[in-house]
Formats: sequence, C-alpha cells, structure tokens
Amino acid sequence: MLGTGLLQGLGVTAKNFVGSYHDPERYTTVEYPEVKPKLPEAYRNFPFLVTENATDPMGTLRCVACQICEKECPPQCIYIEKSKDKKPDASGKMQIYPAIFDIDTSVCMSCQICVEVCPFDAIKMDQVFEIATTDRYDALLLRREQLGKPNTYYHSIHPTEAAEVDARLAADRKAAEEKAQAAAAAKAAAAAAKAAAPAPAPSAAATPAPAPKPAAAPTAEAPKTPPPAA
Amino acid sequence: MNAAFLATVSLELLPAQLRDMATGWLPEPWRWLANSILAIAVILACFGLLFAYLTLAERKILGRVQNRPGPNRTGYFGLLQPFADGVKALTKEDIVPRGADKLLHFLAPVALLAFSIMTFAVLPFGRNLVAVELDAGVLYFFAAGAATELAVFMAGWASHNKYSLLAAMRALAQLISYELPLLLSFVPVVMIAGSLNPQEIVHRQAGWVFGVMPQWHVLTPWGFAGFVIFMIAALAESNRSPFDLPEAESELIAGHLTEYSGFKYALFFMAEYFGMCALCGMAVTLFLGGWQAPLPFLEFIPSYVWFTAKMLTLLMGFIWIRCTFPRLRIDQLTRFAWKFLVPLALINLATTAFWSLSSGWSGGLQIARWLVAIALVVIPFQLIGRKLSAGLGPRTYRYA
Repeated sequence: MLGTGLLQGLGVTAKNFVGSYHDPERYTTVEYPEVKPKLPEAYRNFPFLVTENATDPMGTLRCVACQICEKECPPQCIYIEKSKDKKPDASGKMQIYPAIFDIDTSVCMSCQICVEVCPFDAIKMDQVFEIATTDRYDALLLRREQLGKPNTYYHSIHPTEAAEVDARLAADRKAAEEKAQAAAAAKAAAAAAKAAAPAPAPSAAATPAPAPKPAAAPTAEAPKTPPPAA
Repeated sequence: MNAAFLATVSLELLPAQLRDMATGWLPEPWRWLANSILAIAVILACFGLLFAYLTLAERKILGRVQNRPGPNRTGYFGLLQPFADGVKALTKEDIVPRGADKLLHFLAPVALLAFSIMTFAVLPFGRNLVAVELDAGVLYFFAAGAATELAVFMAGWASHNKYSLLAAMRALAQLISYELPLLLSFVPVVMIAGSLNPQEIVHRQAGWVFGVMPQWHVLTPWGFAGFVIFMIAALAESNRSPFDLPEAESELIAGHLTEYSGFKYALFFMAEYFGMCALCGMAVTLFLGGWQAPLPFLEFIPSYVWFTAKMLTLLMGFIWIRCTFPRLRIDQLTRFAWKFLVPLALINLATTAFWSLSSGWSGGLQIARWLVAIALVVIPFQLIGRKLSAGLGPRTYRYA
C-alpha cells in the first residue's frame, strides 16, 4: 500500500532515537576532550624514534644515524647529524649514533616511508594527534629528545607490529650470536688442530671446521639468548 | 471532591485571574487596551521561548536519531544553546547588497514575522484563552498565513540577486501549490461544525462516545484523511523537510535568503518556526479536539495544558519527519500537490457531505455509514496512488 515505506522509514528513525538512550554501543561519536577516542591500531601520524631503555632514552636509541630515512623522506622533513664518537648499542656493539635528529612536523606528510626503509626498526609511526601549538616554528620541530620513546610505548600503541619487530630483532641477534659462536668455535678448533698436528695443516683446517658447529651451538644458545626488549 | 473541583477551577482560570490582577487597577475604558497588550506580550514571550527551545529540541532529536548526543556544551544539557545562537546572530555583521532595495530588504523579514505572529491571535489556547474572538477566525488565520508568501517574494526581489529571485519564485510555486490542499482539507471541518469560529469548532468536538472515546474530528474517516492532508500541506507551507526546497541548505546557498545574514536571517527562521507552531495549533483546534482532554477522567488538568501537549506532540512529529525523509524534487513536489493531495481533498469534501447527511442513521446503518465513509477515503487513495506511482516503481540502480 502507498505510504507503507514512509512508515517503515519512520520506524527506523524511531528505533535509532530510542536505542541511542539505552544502548551506548550505538554511539558513533565520543565526547572528545573528556573521553579520548579509541584509535585503531594502524592509525599513524608522525614518526618517533624507538629506544631500548626507558631510563636512558638517548643512550639506547636504535637509530645508528645511517641517514637512509633522511634521504628517502619525500618532503625532506628529517635532519640528521652523525656523532663523531661511537657508543655501544643495545646489544653492546659499538655504533655511531645521531647527535642531532630533527623532524619538522609542519612539513611531514605522514607517508611512513622512513619507517619502511629503516633497516634497524629504529623509526616508527606515532599516534599523538594533539600537537596544536601557539608557535609555528620551534614547537613543531621535534628534537631527538622529544622523538625518543621507549619500546614499551611502541608496544602500547601498535602491539601486533611491535611483537613482530621484537621477534625479528631477537632472531637477528640470535643468528648473529650463533654466527659469532660458530666462528669462535671454528677458530678454536683450527687453533687446536694446528697445535695437535702441525704437519697436515691444510687438510686439518678444512675437515674439522664444520664439525664443532652443532656441538657448540646448543651450549652457547641457552645462556646468551638476548632478553626480549620489553 | 469539592476541594479538587475548586483547585481545577482556579487552575483553569489562573491565566484570566493573573490578567485581572495585572490590569484590574486600571480605569474601565483603558482595561481592554492593557489586556490586549498583555495578551500580545504573553504570546510573544511564550512562543519566543518555544521557538528557542524548539531549535534545541530539534537539534537534540536529530542528534539522537543519528546516534550522537546533540548540543550539550552550553549550560546543563545544552539548555543555554539557543541564547548563545541568538547572541551569535545578533553580533554578526548585517550585510545589505549594494544593489538591493534597502527598504524592501529590511521589510521582508519584518513582514514575514508580523504575519506569522498575527496568526496566533485567533488560536484558542484554552477554554477561555483566545486573544481575539473572531467569528471568521479560521478564515483570518489562513489569510494571515497566506500573506507570508508576499514576504518570501519580497525577500527574493529586494535582494537584487537573480538566484534569490529564482528561488523566491520556486518558493512561491510551492507555497501556492500547497495552499490549495491546506484550505481544502479544513473545509470539511467547517461543513460539520457549521462555524468558522475556532472556539466554536472546539466546542463541537466535546463529549464522549460510550463514555471514553472523544468526539474529535480526527477519529472519523473524513477527519483522519483531512488531518493527514492538512499536516502534509502544513509541512510544505512552513518550508519543513521533506518540502524544504525553498531553502535547501545542502543544495542551494539559501534560496531566497541568500543575501540575508545575521539577525535578519534569524528572523526568517523565527518566522518559519512561528508558522510551524501556528499551523500545528490550528491542526489541534480543527482535528484534535483543541484544548479538550482525551479521556473524561483527565479533565481535571487545565485546558491550556492539553492544548500545549497536543501542539508539542505535533511539533515533535514534524521534527521526526524531518529526520527521516529525504527532500523532494520540485516536479515531484508540485505533482504531489496537484495530482494527489488536491483530488483527495476534493473527494474528502464528498465524504464529509455523506457523513453530514447520514448523521441520523443508527443501529446497523451506523456501521454501514462508517464502512461507506472508510471506503470513500481508502479507495480513491489507493487508486490515485497506484495511478501516480505507476512506472515510478522501485528503482534499480546500476553501478558502473
């Protein structure tokens, strides 16, 4: 019958009207300054630098000042100056670190290319969107100290991605250590073989080298697994 | 019982008593003037406040329908929002185009508002609450309402802007198209009541069938059809969605209001809401029993409370319709008026004539009277509706 569609439409709006009073789940908005919006995990705006240790953020930056992100950045909002000296990174290896690392958020276009090119998982996308300031220049230029945020923070904003990154880094470190162990074992075996039988040197150096690897690896693995950075 | 009766009487007479307290000390020849001025002041104050809170209610309800809370920042529950909006409108720059007819440009919102307010004079707000008791009150009401169309064209013409002028002509086309079903839909009421006096029409709807069912016009077949046609035409006359083409805020700039800003624009809005309130009040008077209580045991509640409650219900219905239906196109709008509402309203006259002639029937004939009247309403509705919507049926959308 003519007009039943209109009545159905009125029913739909009435249902929404009543529903919005007893079912807060229906709400499509949040009352922002009092209630913070629940951001989706993949939400991103500006980059930040990951540090391993919250107590010493500048000493444990993952960044090694390789400047790949600076070169890749399309609007060129990143400025890096390498350090003259080297500092041990989280795994104890001596590395260059960024003496200056600036991101101009008034220029940044949030493209995430810096994150994608970083071989060290040192730069990630942040979720802080309340960045309004009264100063157009200095306040929007983020320094190394403002950019450095601990890995725990990274876990809190992008849990899935952070877990993947941690697993990958742990695997990389394990592989590197195994490689170092194997190399050390081979060296030791070679030295031992050299000491035991100095005469057939060329053949002895070649044959025992692969043998100690499986023997040495399990023992070296257990105590030296890098602690999961959390 | 006696005490309750006294309380009823005093509540019922409270407005009149307050008026006498305010003007009773004046010498007799001056009293009517003071009473009239007081009535004007009270109507302006009440409907001004109603307008303010109607805008808030509209925004709140629209928000709730869209599952959001609506304005809630200004004051508790956003109750100060209308006043914040008023201050904003007052402090805005009042721009008059250089080529505009300055006098007419200023006069258009004033005339529109004046004509809208004039319609309140004859509405019976309660048993003894009519500002002006006119014998041809209904006629006066619709004459004053129709005069607002003049102000709409005045606004479009005075703006000296071809878009405003075109929009004003479109608005006129709509308003005149819907004037006809609006007028035709209340004629049956006049036929049955035999009077053009709103107060008299309300008195004719008094009494109960079987002691419970009120004898309101809307509860008869012709009355129901007339009420629906009246409300649809009232929606169009007050430029309300889905007939808000004259000032389609999401499509046009603002139609004939393009060149208006600041408080003049607010005055246009005020006039729109006043027109809406007046038409709802008239619908209550003509079809919904005016200030009569819906059930006998509820008669202890004063009559003006019932009038207000019924009028607010209709206004909420307007808002409900606004948040549900999409806007019509101009050809759909005029076709709907001329090919659907006008024929139905004319047929409704015949139905009413039958109803009036068969008023003496009783017993089994009474049932036959109802059946014939219902058939006279439903069959033309179905036939004309089917004829009009043929070929326009469910649209199939093909996406690229």
